Amino acid sequence: MYIKLAGGTVYDPVHGINAEKRDIYIHDGQITRKPNPDVRIDKTYDLGGKVVMAGAIDIHTHIGGGKVNIARLMLPEDHQKDPVKKTALTRAGCGHAAPTTMTTGYRYAEMGYTACFEPAMLPINARQAHMEMADIPMVDKGAYALLGSDDFFLRMLAANKGREAISDYVSWIINATQAIGIKVVNPGGISAFKFNQRKLNLDDKNSYYNVSPRQVLKSLASAVRELGVPHPLHVHGCNLGVAGNDQTTLDTIQAADGLPMHLTHIQFHSYGTEGDRKFSSGAARLAEAINENHNISVDVGQILFGQTVTASGDTMMQYEGHWHAHPKKWVIMDIECDAGCGVVPFKYRDKNYVNALQWAIGLEMFLLVNDPWRIFLTTDHPNGAPFTTYPHLIRLLMDRSFRNDMLSTINKDAAAASILGSIDREYTLYEIAIMTRAAPARSLGLRNRGHLGSGAAADIAVYDDLKNREKMFAKPCYVFKDGELVVEKGKVCKVINGGTHTLKPGYDKTIEKTLKRYFDDYQTVKLNNFRIEDDEILEYGNSSLIEQPCL
Amino acid sequence: MSLKLTLHTSPDVPLEAPCLNPDTLAGMTADIVAAQKVMHGNQAASVGDFFKVAGKANGTLELEGDLSRVKYIGAGMQSGILNVTGNVGQHLGAGMSGGDIRVDGDAGDWVAPEMRGGRVTITGNAGHLVGGAPRGSAIGMLGGEIIIHGNVRNETGHAMRNGLIAVGGTSGDFTGVNMLAGTIIVLGDMGNRSGAGMQRGSIVSMNPAEMLPTFTHACVYRPEFLRLLLLHIRSAGLPVNDDHIEGAYDRWCGDVVEVNRGEILLLNGA
Repeated sequence: MYIKLAGGTVYDPVHGINAEKRDIYIHDGQITRKPNPDVRIDKTYDLGGKVVMAGAIDIHTHIGGGKVNIARLMLPEDHQKDPVKKTALTRAGCGHAAPTTMTTGYRYAEMGYTACFEPAMLPINARQAHMEMADIPMVDKGAYALLGSDDFFLRMLAANKGREAISDYVSWIINATQAIGIKVVNPGGISAFKFNQRKLNLDDKNSYYNVSPRQVLKSLASAVRELGVPHPLHVHGCNLGVAGNDQTTLDTIQAADGLPMHLTHIQFHSYGTEGDRKFSSGAARLAEAINENHNISVDVGQILFGQTVTASGDTMMQYEGHWHAHPKKWVIMDIECDAGCGVVPFKYRDKNYVNALQWAIGLEMFLLVNDPWRIFLTTDHPNGAPFTTYPHLIRLLMDRSFRNDMLSTINKDAAAASILGSIDREYTLYEIAIMTRAAPARSLGLRNRGHLGSGAAADIAVYDDLKNREKMFAKPCYVFKDGELVVEKGKVCKVINGGTHTLKPGYDKTIEKTLKRYFDDYQTVKLNNFRIEDDEILEYGNSSLIEQPCL
Repeated sequence: MSLKLTLHTSPDVPLEAPCLNPDTLAGMTADIVAAQKVMHGNQAASVGDFFKVAGKANGTLELEGDLSRVKYIGAGMQSGILNVTGNVGQHLGAGMSGGDIRVDGDAGDWVAPEMRGGRVTITGNAGHLVGGAPRGSAIGMLGGEIIIHGNVRNETGHAMRNGLIAVGGTSGDFTGVNMLAGTIIVLGDMGNRSGAGMQRGSIVSMNPAEMLPTFTHACVYRPEFLRLLLLHIRSAGLPVNDDHIEGAYDRWCGDVVEVNRGEILLLNGA
């Protein structure tokens, strides 16, 4: 079956195609070259005047794992206020900040997204996370395994085990948990919290293991590099949300020492201490450092005003944040040898100085980092805002007058303290296509995603070229997933299940002997039950297991 | 003549019928009432599929039959009278802010969750979480009265913030768990761990009960307010005797894991 997408305005940054009128052919779920004239085209979509891009990819969104379920359990009001009725096609659901799995999938697809990556899968929770993500229809999924505060790794680091042993362990974890990358959250800090430390700077020592976050970062970043994992170490740094953490972030960039590193939700790590309120923007300093250090990529974690819930593995900072919980309830949880998690509902207010400045800092970061290949569009869903705010965020980036209108409505002091009003830059559609499609795919090593070349999976989003970019990106005319039309006029028209992206780096099997002994002594599960087999991923309801190649 | 609905077909699976309250049905004729939408499991159905409807709504609604599979009866009720002859299912009077519900029979779990005002009377037994808060919510019942002649099960008055729950029989475990304020009176035995996590409020029982280690004994006294309250629930038909009214009470303070401003009053038998 051949499908032709005729005459659309194509944005395909991987091939340098910027607003060119092209035809795209789909055959067997893939994009192909123009077939011979004698081949019958079964279906043609006339896309004259419409914008054609690859399906969008969210590189950092909390959609699976224990913390989302805690958020759901804790927030009945979130469900009551946002019920979703079932239709002939789609199932019922609910939830604004922590939507149900089905609703998550539908809403992503209805914005033109075709792949989402869960950034904080605790190895011990991996099975539950994969089962939960298998329940998210429409999109492909993947997850980063969270290391750096787990007892086994910190013991190895404390005992000065060699680089190879650590690489073997990291690789074993990626294989056993069916992950596609490695994330570290508050390096060593979640563990330190359990030993009653309430603060851990880059060079402070974890009081029990006597190792510093700097050591954790270096060790994991080089392991990820050595194993050939395409996505650089995904770093949620120290001191999240603390005024003055811009210096910590600069130090972290230095600590990377040229190794590839992805700094996630950088907005939460870009706060200075200037001004009367000892809270200022560090975006300009950091953007300069990011522009200079080509080994660094970031995603923003933009906040947008309104009620949401923050869910993070960073128990240390979530505990700090629980004083500001709205509504007033929160959970901090220990997850045996691995780490922990914290869930704190939060309401960002545009008239609050700190919240308003956070909003401005995120946008400054977007606009001051020059290379869209190294900065990704996220709200750290649901921590900064639910993912459904992405179209609004895109409009803020693409429309300076709209941005300035919004700037004039926020807290006056915050607006005055920000340089946002003086930034003229407006993102182009080409740059949006880079930051939401091409760049995430390249960063994650998804060879056949994020572009529209021959051989790519036919994950395609088609939008009306509206002046109001919020409206445009909120309601694509068509979304194709693996060559099938799944969304029409912004509504799901066919429900499908996506696949799961994984990676299979090699490792020395002898590590399993050590691990078996460790599991028998300390873990609640046995080693053989911990590992997730390929068949399981399919049994949970995913359509396929997509193994991506290592570098 | 008031509006009367008699169950003619028992639902196979739970029937969600929040429309069965005097406010929603006010001024409707029998035909219109029979056409009101309900959910039978995941299928839409109408009141007439299950009930025979007679009379015209005049502020009083009579329900008859074994309604133990019918949920959300009287939910959101603001005024009027609702009389049920027979058992009722879960979430009776959910979120009600006024009016009077009387059930001659047993009630399921979650009697009047998040109730704000009005009165519920159950002549039989009730299930778990009477006057409770939905899971995840920190605040349950905000006001009104729940009078239960029979026994109740666990977590009665869970996270309640105001109002009165009076139980003629016994209560299960965790009576008044996490309660913020308000009053619970249990004339019979209470189960284990009464008042766990309570901040303020009063739990009263006429029988000895085992106290959590986070409660401390304060004194023995005759609280004046209790005499008034007991006379009030005696007038509502609960078996309060003169010993209860004249007796002295042990006062226990807790829960010390919270703000320690709550009290449990146990009738001093000595």
